[in-house]
Amino acid sequence: MSKNLIEVRNLAKHFEISNSFFTGKKKIIKAVDEVSFNIKAGESLGLVGQSGCGKTTTARSLCLLEPKTSGSVNFFNPEKNIMESIDAIDEDGMRVFRRNMQMIFQDPYESLNPRWTIKDIIKEPLDIHNIGSLGEREEAIVEILRTVGLTPPENYLQRYPHEISGGQRQRVSIARTLIMKPKFVICDEPTSMLDVSIRISIMDLMLNLAKELDVSYLYITHDLAVARYMCNRIAVMFNGKLVEIAETEELLNNPIHPYTKRLISSIPIPDPGYKRERYEVNYDELDKIISSNPNEKMVDIGNEHLVATHDTKDFFIET
Amino acid sequence: MSDIILDVQNLSMHYETLEGNVLAVKDVTFNVKSGESFGLVGESGCGKTSVAMTLLQLQPENSVISEGSIKLDGKELIGLSENELRKVRWDSISIVFQGAMNAWNPVIKIGEQIREALREHYPENSKQTNIDKINQLFKMVGLDESTANRFPHELSGGMKQRAVIALALSCDPKIIIADEPTTALDVVIQDQILNEIKKVQELLGLSLIYISHDIAVIAEMTDKIAVMYAGSIVEIGPTSEVFNSPKHSYTKALLDSTPSIKGEKKKLKSLDGEPPSLINKIEGCSFAPRCPNRNISCKPERDMKLIEVGHDHFVDSCSLGENYE
Repeated sequence: MSKNLIEVRNLAKHFEISNSFFTGKKKIIKAVDEVSFNIKAGESLGLVGQSGCGKTTTARSLCLLEPKTSGSVNFFNPEKNIMESIDAIDEDGMRVFRRNMQMIFQDPYESLNPRWTIKDIIKEPLDIHNIGSLGEREEAIVEILRTVGLTPPENYLQRYPHEISGGQRQRVSIARTLIMKPKFVICDEPTSMLDVSIRISIMDLMLNLAKELDVSYLYITHDLAVARYMCNRIAVMFNGKLVEIAETEELLNNPIHPYTKRLISSIPIPDPGYKRERYEVNYDELDKIISSNPNEKMVDIGNEHLVATHDTKDFFIET
Repeated sequence: MSDIILDVQNLSMHYETLEGNVLAVKDVTFNVKSGESFGLVGESGCGKTSVAMTLLQLQPENSVISEGSIKLDGKELIGLSENELRKVRWDSISIVFQGAMNAWNPVIKIGEQIREALREHYPENSKQTNIDKINQLFKMVGLDESTANRFPHELSGGMKQRAVIALALSCDPKIIIADEPTTALDVVIQDQILNEIKKVQELLGLSLIYISHDIAVIAEMTDKIAVMYAGSIVEIGPTSEVFNSPKHSYTKALLDSTPSIKGEKKKLKSLDGEPPSLINKIEGCSFAPRCPNRNISCKPERDMKLIEVGHDHFVDSCSLGENYE
């Protein structure tokens, strides 16, 4: 079995919001609440859930874009060949961590600087981390453009983001990410803004690169069909908590948690003859039960299929 | 046939721009029967929304309908004056726009905004009649009656979209056009909204024109679909038939690129290239440059022409290879 690349233990991110301007009463929103998971080297883990369930916040606190409230994140440092806690590492370690952990964002129209050429955009991380001589950087850029399928690269180097299409922009985002040769990439719905026919080519590109360059993904999406295509394992998130993690086919064929069942039953099937069974889940009840058992552990029911253990029999509303 | 409620014949429309004419809708022919759900599917920029806008004559000022007819219940819509059109819009055909939930006026209560439409179309109604009507509509789309007294910012995305559907239903139209009504919503909310639309449609016996790029949603929602590419319909037929035996290479490519959570996990195929620019006329087959099944017998220079291949199932003749003549 391959080694863990990332180990997340009890990660939490709470936001304080003041309820009233005058009394200054504080309310705490637990956007991410005691989340634990591992990502193995070369594996891609899907993080699925509805909008606002904390998927993106998990990713952001994982890569330190957002300071986490509590919990630990251990990262495999390939230079020293050991697991290191990201809270305890020194400056050099942090540099290694940052180089190996990259992010691809949802909207290729907003995540590229419109005033920079494609070359500048892809070169920036190399400049920041001071990798290679100027000549080597140029070569690396040409090379990576070819890898992500923007050929011939010379045609793209001097162009600006507005001159290329959405799919090509997302390829530039991927190139910018992969030029650092990261071990771990967080993808936040990278294909949801793209057209159907282009979506698959981007997903295939990411899958191929994962194999070639041995990259692990944390793939955030709300579409289980996409997650099935992209991921080895899927983690389901509900109101800031993980409720189920399993290998992809196992999760889809044998979901245990009512929320997972609800999520699966809401995915339309591209087959007019297929009649979907609909489940409704009483979210308020579910939320009450989950928040009343704060110290609950997830239980392994075999084959690394983890489920939150609360008694969930009564949440189904048959429709 | 008598139960055809909307009949579109040879509709062509272009936008006049500084760079030339953009041929957004080319020779589009289809009809919708009463109570039927009709789906329009295709990539962005293929002309789906332009067709919808043209049906209601809501297209921007630089557009020109060069050809064709749109008959609603036997009555021609093209050439009607603005006043006559006002009677058709909402009363006969209403539309749920893409992202319509963000179009609510933020400083007016939801109920008041729907009442505005009712007042405009039924000036004789009393206030109480309108309030009753709104309560009834809200119940139909699964909203609480008290929602009428709330402001848009107090509602979630899903609730706002339900209210938009209530608004579209407010003048008892015969046809509803839904233009990507669930694009901005997540899967669970999408599921609820689709369910709601289906229920309402059955309850009121409405015809539905459902526009989407999502093959899976179209498969569930419609009885009949038209696949659009570069402004033309390349395949049209009963949904089950088009899905089970797609004829056109583009339809096949769309189906092959849609992931599913059921059945064998299969390798999906991407479609290389990009849709052609619609500025100036494309001679011959517009799909030829991207077509994965281009072969010797294919004649990309000939014009597109729909040929019947099954009951009500028409496909652009190109995909039939050499037998198409």
